[in-house]
Amino acid sequence: MQLKHLYKTSFTGLRTNKVRSLLTILGIVIGISSIILIFSLGKGVEGLITGELSGMGADTIVIRPGQQPTGLNDFSETLFSDSLKSRDVEALKKKSNVPHLAKIAPAIIVPGRVSYRGETFKPMIFGWTAELMTEMFGVEIDSGDLFYESDIRSKASVAIIGSKVKEELFGNEENVVGKNIKIKDRNFRVVGVLKPQGQVSSFNVDELVVLPYSTAQIYLMGIDHYHEIILKADSPENVSQTVEDVKDTLREMHDITDPSKDDFFVVTPEGMLEQIGNILDALTLFLSAVVGIALVVGGVGVMNIMLVSVTERTKEIGLRKAIGATNKDIMIQFLFESMMLTITGGVIGIIIGMSLSLITTIAILSFTTYAWSFSFPVGASILGIVVSGLIGVIFGIYPAKKASQKSPIEALRYE
Amino acid sequence: MINKEKKSIISVKNLEKTYNDEGGETHALRGVTFDIASGEFVAIMGPSGSGKSTLLHMLGLLDKFTGGEYYFDQDKVETFSEEEIAHLRNKKMGFIFQAFNLLPKATVLDNVKLPLAYSDVPESEWNNMAVKAIEAVGMSHRIHHFASQLSVGEKQRTSIARALVNEPDIIFADEPTGNLDSRSGGVVMDIIKRLNYKGKTVVLITHETYTAEYAERIIMIKDGKMEFDKPVEHMRQAGEFKK
Repeated sequence: MQLKHLYKTSFTGLRTNKVRSLLTILGIVIGISSIILIFSLGKGVEGLITGELSGMGADTIVIRPGQQPTGLNDFSETLFSDSLKSRDVEALKKKSNVPHLAKIAPAIIVPGRVSYRGETFKPMIFGWTAELMTEMFGVEIDSGDLFYESDIRSKASVAIIGSKVKEELFGNEENVVGKNIKIKDRNFRVVGVLKPQGQVSSFNVDELVVLPYSTAQIYLMGIDHYHEIILKADSPENVSQTVEDVKDTLREMHDITDPSKDDFFVVTPEGMLEQIGNILDALTLFLSAVVGIALVVGGVGVMNIMLVSVTERTKEIGLRKAIGATNKDIMIQFLFESMMLTITGGVIGIIIGMSLSLITTIAILSFTTYAWSFSFPVGASILGIVVSGLIGVIFGIYPAKKASQKSPIEALRYE
Repeated sequence: MINKEKKSIISVKNLEKTYNDEGGETHALRGVTFDIASGEFVAIMGPSGSGKSTLLHMLGLLDKFTGGEYYFDQDKVETFSEEEIAHLRNKKMGFIFQAFNLLPKATVLDNVKLPLAYSDVPESEWNNMAVKAIEAVGMSHRIHHFASQLSVGEKQRTSIARALVNEPDIIFADEPTGNLDSRSGGVVMDIIKRLNYKGKTVVLITHETYTAEYAERIIMIKDGKMEFDKPVEHMRQAGEFKK
């Protein structure tokens, strides 16, 4: 039987029962659209995380207190651990300890709100160094100036604010440099306003308030430890060596001989990327398994309808055999029909999956500041078509074989 | 009774068909022997349940016989593979069924083209061949109508066109007028007779004497056995049709 005729015959067969055909492929449509959605959104998440981490710079190393969290419970330990002190920073600064260190700054995270004459706003408040902030986020000052080492040493009550913070606190006021904002009942003089920048790494720069870390540590938090120590290696190639040097130095400072008893952990963009990649892969695998079950259920539906179709068209099978169709011809015809059914389901699934992914992208871009990007998962689409075709073959083979083995005369006599 | 000048297209010797079912064995054919020459028009007659349709199914290779020998075009049928049998049915045989067996959602043209789909005829020639066959049965005015829109007579003419399209050597007609009124039945039989004039061998199954008279020869089957095999002309002269 020639391909064009095969296509026409199968198309006519499916068109005859439009609603039934559509209902039959519903399972395949749901399965394939889920695959496309998972892969498309997965790519979006991956792109977002990669973008955010690369925003930190490949040479950035973050040291956090406590043991590396392996689950949600461990995060609280990290938050309340006080193992990173100023003497650690001093030790790390020594060239003999960490030879490839380029820059280092501790960071303090301050929960709370800022206010100015009755207007309040909940920004992200960081005790840090202005220099490392501008370098890591690539942000520029719009008005005013940064704060400097002298301000850190003197624990000056100065702040650099993001554009959104300025807008929320000062409205349309133009010149806000020199004005005092309140954080935890303490006045901070605004020394600089950042240019609008949006999301960089995992921070929205526009919602940042950056204070000298020493001021935040002593006056706002009243603690003698740091929440993070952020450092930069002199080049991305030296990151792994620097990580080792940092670990050695801190172990020595904290009298740790067994690395499994470390009271700190080191995070690099590459390591985080790998970790997140692993989580995403596991998630994708799990969801794919769920989708796989949906596809099998869809396939059983296809098999069921194909069996009904074979019974309904018994007389037609008899006729085709009487006029010269071989068993192989009949088998191919029904297999082709089953494949056409499932591949149509696959194509509709891809279109629906892509549409849902596009709608999600538009929603994320409209309602959040994430640098989310829509991606068409070419590989997953090809996989979708191949998988739906395979389902057609696997679940179509039994009905097709049954059709092909009918005796022509018994089929012609069938009522 | 075979015309000795022409070569035999069908030759059966002691053909038997036994069905094994729950109630035991049923002998549908009990050793039937005859030859049909190429170009002959033979009617196989018999009462209901006599085994005449079973015989046609054996001759048309639609069913397998359980005993005896069958030579089609001098070749022993038992040696044919499933593929060869399908090829023979497609290339050398044409079938006209009592129930027409048309695809209702397909047009007259598509129904007639159907056997070509299983042939080695290039697709570019399908339309011409189908149109020619449709013209031969006088159905050109209904060529693009769906089979479901046709009258019973038109359905049977379409089914004849389908049987003709591959230019077979032999046409098997199983009660072709069984579902038709006498006028349509006459038209159909005239077409079949015309085909025989043009050289096609015709094997007709019927229980109607009026239809059987179109043939040159009648083989009478009763209880699975051949009762007689006579030329129609002899029977007519003997006044047997008046009985």
